[in-house]
Amino acid sequence: MSDEPLLRVSNLTKYYGSRLGCADVNFELYPGEVLAIVGESGSGKTTLLNTLSANLEPTSGEALYRMRDESWRNIYELSEAERRFLTRTDWGFVHQNPADGLRMTVSAGANVGERLMAVGDRHYGKIRDTALDWLGRVEVAADRIDDQPRSFSGGMRQRLQIARNLVTGPRLVFMDEPTGGLDVSVQARLLDLLRQLVGELGLSAIVVTHDLAVARLLSHRMMVMKGGHVIEAGLTDRVLDDPREPYTQLLVSSILQV
Amino acid sequence: MNAVANYNFAYLDEQTKRMIRRAILKAVAIPGYQVPFSSREMPMPYGWGTGGVQVTASIIGPDDVLKVIDQGADDTTNAVSIRAFFAKVAQVQTTTHTAEASIIQTRHRIPERKLEAGQILVYQVPIPEPLRFLEPRETETRKMHALEEYGLMHVKLYEDIARHGRIATTYAYPVKVEGRYVMDPSPTPKFDNPKMHRSEALQLFGAGREHRIYAVPPHTDVVSLDFEDHPFTIQHFEQPCALCGAEQVYLDEVILDDRGGHMYVCSDTDHCEERREAGHVGVLGMKEAAE
Amino acid sequence: MTALSVRNLAKTFTMHLRGGISLPVVENVTFDINAGECVVLGGPSGAGKSSILKMVYGNYGVDGGEVLIAHDGRQVDLASADPRTVLTLRRDAIGYVSQFLRTVPRVSALDVVAEPLVVRGTDKEEAQRRAGEMLSRLNLPERLWSLPPATFSGGEQQRVNIARGFITHHPVLLLDEPTASLDAANRAVVVGMIAQKKREGVAMLGIFHDEDVRAEVADRIVDVTGFAPKVAA
Repeated sequence: MSDEPLLRVSNLTKYYGSRLGCADVNFELYPGEVLAIVGESGSGKTTLLNTLSANLEPTSGEALYRMRDESWRNIYELSEAERRFLTRTDWGFVHQNPADGLRMTVSAGANVGERLMAVGDRHYGKIRDTALDWLGRVEVAADRIDDQPRSFSGGMRQRLQIARNLVTGPRLVFMDEPTGGLDVSVQARLLDLLRQLVGELGLSAIVVTHDLAVARLLSHRMMVMKGGHVIEAGLTDRVLDDPREPYTQLLVSSILQV
Repeated sequence: MNAVANYNFAYLDEQTKRMIRRAILKAVAIPGYQVPFSSREMPMPYGWGTGGVQVTASIIGPDDVLKVIDQGADDTTNAVSIRAFFAKVAQVQTTTHTAEASIIQTRHRIPERKLEAGQILVYQVPIPEPLRFLEPRETETRKMHALEEYGLMHVKLYEDIARHGRIATTYAYPVKVEGRYVMDPSPTPKFDNPKMHRSEALQLFGAGREHRIYAVPPHTDVVSLDFEDHPFTIQHFEQPCALCGAEQVYLDEVILDDRGGHMYVCSDTDHCEERREAGHVGVLGMKEAAE
Repeated sequence: MTALSVRNLAKTFTMHLRGGISLPVVENVTFDINAGECVVLGGPSGAGKSSILKMVYGNYGVDGGEVLIAHDGRQVDLASADPRTVLTLRRDAIGYVSQFLRTVPRVSALDVVAEPLVVRGTDKEEAQRRAGEMLSRLNLPERLWSLPPATFSGGEQQRVNIARGFITHHPVLLLDEPTASLDAANRAVVVGMIAQKKREGVAMLGIFHDEDVRAEVADRIVDVTGFAPKVAA
């Protein structure tokens, strides 16, 4: 792991009018590190994710990001052009519902190739080869490259969404319940794939999930949120094996044992 | 103004024309950029060229000579009606000859004869937004134009190649104007795209239903989008015009009977007539002349 | 040379779901382990052996005390270290062979064992080769190597787990009942592996319920009952 963080978040607070989304969030994320944000619905974890990924403007606080040129920039002070460029090159966002992250009416190949074309690739053959390579890496059969994701199963769609995000070699990927809404067996496959890709590519990731097993398997560190506040944070196995806060103890003890 | 005392010159009131002229000036200043304007109800349905008509009405003067074409022809309903409309409300001289016209309003074609400095080509545009096909949100497409995010345009071309082995888009083929804005050239065949490039004439585009005006000033670069390994090409016709023998022109297929008989003739009727008057004859033209 | 130095560790669980009652587990846990030495925690069930092991590895937080581990020529306190430092220590300085294998879906036994090496930058083929050696040594039939261990028997899973824990060279290794569900032959293999680690200078801290194994591997036994919290008067 590198010695310099990729992201420095300080006092990040988001209010919707007078209603609290999340408050006073502080953390640093290092290259190759996976941070899980857990908590129940309404705990503010999705608000935090959307604010971190610059989809929402914070009420106060800042998030400094180390750009590819090594300069530190507050992501909320980037121009819209810079921010959008960042989000489709150096960042990824994996939505819970693949339809939110894919173009459902264009082929799988074009879904993967879009980011390449957006950054100026103009060679059809090379774009297609790259798309094929990525479909292989996410275990989508090569002969599905010209099919629309509408004809894909939920698990395939999610894997396609991941390929679409990773094709530009992002350094930071946000994931919102990436395995939510999938069958258990499909979840396992996806988790394994994610774990493998994150490891191979040295990605940093921020994963929102309410599933502690997902957090255990994917993340190095986790933050537990409740009522908009981070109530407990630390090494993932420390938080799960030795939960301190009443709410965390409740969460951990609520896992069904199989 | 005796015969039509109830109409203001060129139908629209002066305030409206001023508003549209401002939009046109802005469009000329920012080639390829879609300028919103307050489109008026015209005495014809949307889809009949209300955008083009409003642009023409705002730029036309008593000394102008107007030509109107629809799919290249001067004698189709749409062309005849619009020509008659301006003859009535602006009492301007009309023509079918490209060379004589100062303003040419068009639907779906650019005349074969090279346009000259001083001429204005007014396009009727149904859907001005080239990105709409893949991104239906207008708020988003405006942002994409503002930030020059045009990757999506290539997604469309990619899909063409993936599906058909080549770029199968044959009309409304997207172009980049002066290296900046991506523009829908209206549903003209891609055959006409090269004519837009550095044209000496001013090209104005009016979309009435969509409330947009855009422009390509004379001598502006207009480049059709493509891939390095799938470069832009125009349609190619195997045979010359059956009536006038012209090559390197855009041809329409005309069905002659119910036994599969057909011929290919110039879509630009004025061009075809002028050539025949000058003595050029095609395969079927000879027969016609002989009858 | 002291490889692991535990100083005054204390742990109390607060059970918020049971009215916030406090369960003191241990206090004043203090011992040293030298390189090449295997120390076994002794004492009855519930005395806190497992908790001490988990505090030393960082799975449990501590209420007080230090876990000093030699790393990069310094002594680093794992108990108070930030998560990144703990992860670095786990990568380079301290390993853990847990009692149960946490299986990952779809990953073959061979890759489960090879993974710690791959993560540390060993070439994948080389890592798999060494993983194969470990599994052979532990008598895991080769036909099982390519299968995910989720469906293996307890003994098979434990051997995969041992192979995974022993494949790396950590100067400090924690052993949480690694022989619990093994037959005599495989227990002997593990005893041999521990002896080899000793020769390589690895400091080990373990829990062994099997008295024969304990007698064979332990250089010293630390009786955990001595760390029982004094009942507040």
